[in-house]
Amino acid sequence: MAIDRRDFLKVAGLTTVIGLTGGGLELLRPGDLDASAPGHEPAAAPGAKQWGMLVDMSRKENWQACIEACHNLHNVPSIDDKKEEIKWIWQAPFQEVFPGSESAYMSDVMKARQFMVLCNHCAEPACVRVCPTKATFKRPEDGIVMMDMHRCIGCRFCMAGCPYGARSFNWREPRLDALTLKGGRKINLEYPTRERGVVEKCTFCAERVDEGKQPACVEATRNGGLVFGDLNDPHSEIRQLLRVKSTIRRKPEVGTNPSIFYVV
Amino acid sequence: MIERALTGSSRYYGWMTLLGGLIGLGVISYAYQYNTGLGITGMSRDVSWGLYISQFTFLVGVAASAVMLVLPYYLHNYKTFGKIVVLGEFLAIASVTMCLLFILADLGKPMRALNVILHPTPNSILFWDMVVLNGYLFLNVLCGWVALLSEKKEVPPPKWIKPFIYLSIPWAVSIHTVTAFLYAGLPGRHFWLTAIMAPRFLASAFAGGPALLIILCLIVKRVSKFDAGKEAISKLTTIVTYAALLNIFFVLLEVFTAFYSNIPGHMHTLQYLFAGLHGHAQLVPWMWTSTILGVGAILALLTVPGLREKEGLLALTCGALFISLWIDKGLGLVLGGFVPSPMEAVTEYHPSAPEILITIGIWSIGFFILSALYRVAISIKEEKMV
Repeated sequence: MAIDRRDFLKVAGLTTVIGLTGGGLELLRPGDLDASAPGHEPAAAPGAKQWGMLVDMSRKENWQACIEACHNLHNVPSIDDKKEEIKWIWQAPFQEVFPGSESAYMSDVMKARQFMVLCNHCAEPACVRVCPTKATFKRPEDGIVMMDMHRCIGCRFCMAGCPYGARSFNWREPRLDALTLKGGRKINLEYPTRERGVVEKCTFCAERVDEGKQPACVEATRNGGLVFGDLNDPHSEIRQLLRVKSTIRRKPEVGTNPSIFYVV
Repeated sequence: MIERALTGSSRYYGWMTLLGGLIGLGVISYAYQYNTGLGITGMSRDVSWGLYISQFTFLVGVAASAVMLVLPYYLHNYKTFGKIVVLGEFLAIASVTMCLLFILADLGKPMRALNVILHPTPNSILFWDMVVLNGYLFLNVLCGWVALLSEKKEVPPPKWIKPFIYLSIPWAVSIHTVTAFLYAGLPGRHFWLTAIMAPRFLASAFAGGPALLIILCLIVKRVSKFDAGKEAISKLTTIVTYAALLNIFFVLLEVFTAFYSNIPGHMHTLQYLFAGLHGHAQLVPWMWTSTILGVGAILALLTVPGLREKEGLLALTCGALFISLWIDKGLGLVLGGFVPSPMEAVTEYHPSAPEILITIGIWSIGFFILSALYRVAISIKEEKMV
C-alpha cells in the first residue's frame, strides 16, 4: 500500500495546521492587516487618494436634480417594477439608511426626511472581497470601488455581500429605448452601453474624476448638499468640513469603513 | 462498462424517458431564460438569489454525504459498507453535477463563466467553491469508477487509488464547509453571519444524504437482485438519526442566541421564517412543515421498535426527513438570508414557472445520471451474484 491510514491521518493533520496558520490568514485578510483600523489613512499607499463624499442633509438641496444628473449621464434605465429597478443614487427614509438608530421619540421632520444614498466606496469593500472575477475592484490610486460590466459574470455575490443594498442587477435588457425613456430624457451617447445580466452601481463618476471634474451629482447641487474630496488630504474641503461638522456613517459596526459621511 | 447503462428493463427505459421529457422542458425553459434574461425568474433587487442557488446549497450536502460511507469503509475498515460505497460515490457524482448546473443556470452571463478561471481571485469564496466542487466531482468519478472496475474483474482495487480515496474524505468536508463560507462571511446579513453555519451544513448533509441513500438502496432492492443488506441499512439509519439530532440541536442554538440576546437583526429572519414579519409570511407554512416532518422523523427513528426492519416505514421516515431538510436548506436558509434586506425591506420571492421548470429539469438531469450510473453498478453486482 502506497499510503496507509496512519500516514494519511498524519498528513491530513499537518496540512490542517499549516492551512489554519499560514494560508488561512491570506484568505481571511486579503490586504494589509492594519487596514481594519478606523479611518482610511493606515490602509493608503503613500500619495494615494481616497475619494469621499459628505452628504449634508441640513441643506435645502434639490436632491431630485442630483439623481437625474447621475442617471441621465449613465443612461440608468428607469424601471417602475420595484423588484427590477436599477439605482445608482436614490432616496430612502432614515430607518432604512441607518437601521437600528431610529427611535420612537425621533422628530417628525427626521422621520419624514428622505436621505440620499449611493455606493459607500468603502475602504474595506465586502463586494470586492467576494467577487470571483475581480469585476468589482478598488482602484489603488484613489479608492474608488469600480464595476467592470464587461468582466462581470452576473453571479450577484456582491449584492449578497454589500451591507448597504447599493448594487443593482440588470434582470432585463437595460438599454434605454422608447419604453424606458420618459419625460424628454435623452440617451447620453458618450457613456458606453451596458448589457443584460450584469451588476452595476455608482462609480463616483470615475470617468469624470479622471478628467479633474466633480461627480455629476455633486455638480448638480446648488446649496452645498454634496461635497466631494480627498479624505487623505488634510487640507481638502471635505476634511475641513469633517473637522467642524458632526457626521455619521452607515453601519460602521460591519467594518467596511464607508467613505460617505452624513450630516443629519 | 458504460454501455450497460443502455440495457435494462422496460421499467428502466420508461423511467429514463420520463426524466428525458422533464429535461427537455427544462432545456426549453432555459433557452427562454437565456434569451430574455433572469428577469423571467421571481428574483429581485432585494432577493437576488433564489431557487437555483438554494438547490445548489442543498445538493452540496447530498454530495458530501458520500463520505459517511467512504470514511467507515476505507479508514475504519468497516466491511459492511463495501457493497454500497460505490452507490454513495455515484450519488455524489450526480449531486455535484446538479450543483454545477444550478450555478450555471443562476449566472446572468453564463458565457462568461470561464472568467472565474481566467481571472482567479483567491479572496473570493466562490472561486474556492468552484475548485472544491470540480475537485470532488473528479475524485468521485475516479474512485467510484476504479472501484467498480476492480469489482467487475474480481481483483482488489489498485494501490495507486488509495491516496485519492483518502483525499476524498477531507475533500467532502471541504465542499460543504466552503459552501457554508459563501454565506457565513458576509457583513450585514445577520441570519448567515454565524460561526455555526459550516457545522450546521455538515450535520444536515450527513442526515439528508444518507437518508436519500437508504431510500435508493430500498428501491434498488425492489427493482434488482442487489440487496445492500440489513446491517448496512441499519448502520446508515444510525448515522441519519444522530446527524439529524445534531442538526436540530444546532438550529436551536441559533434560536437561543438570537432571542436571548434580543438583538433585532438576529431575530428578524427567524421571525420571518416561523411567524412572519410585517405581514409577510409566505414561508411560514413551509418552515412548520419542515419542523414537524423533521421532529417526527427523529422521534420515529428513536422510538419505533424494529423500524429498521420495516422497510416501508423506514423509507417513509427517511423521505419525511429528506423533505424536511430540503425545505430547511433548499428554501429557508438562502431565501431567509435576504429578508429583511440591508435596508430593512421585506420583499417576498415566488419562483416563476420557467424557474421551477429549469429547477425540475436540473434535478431530472441529476436523476438521469444517477440512474444510468446505478444501472451500470447494479448490473455488475448482479453478475457476481449469479
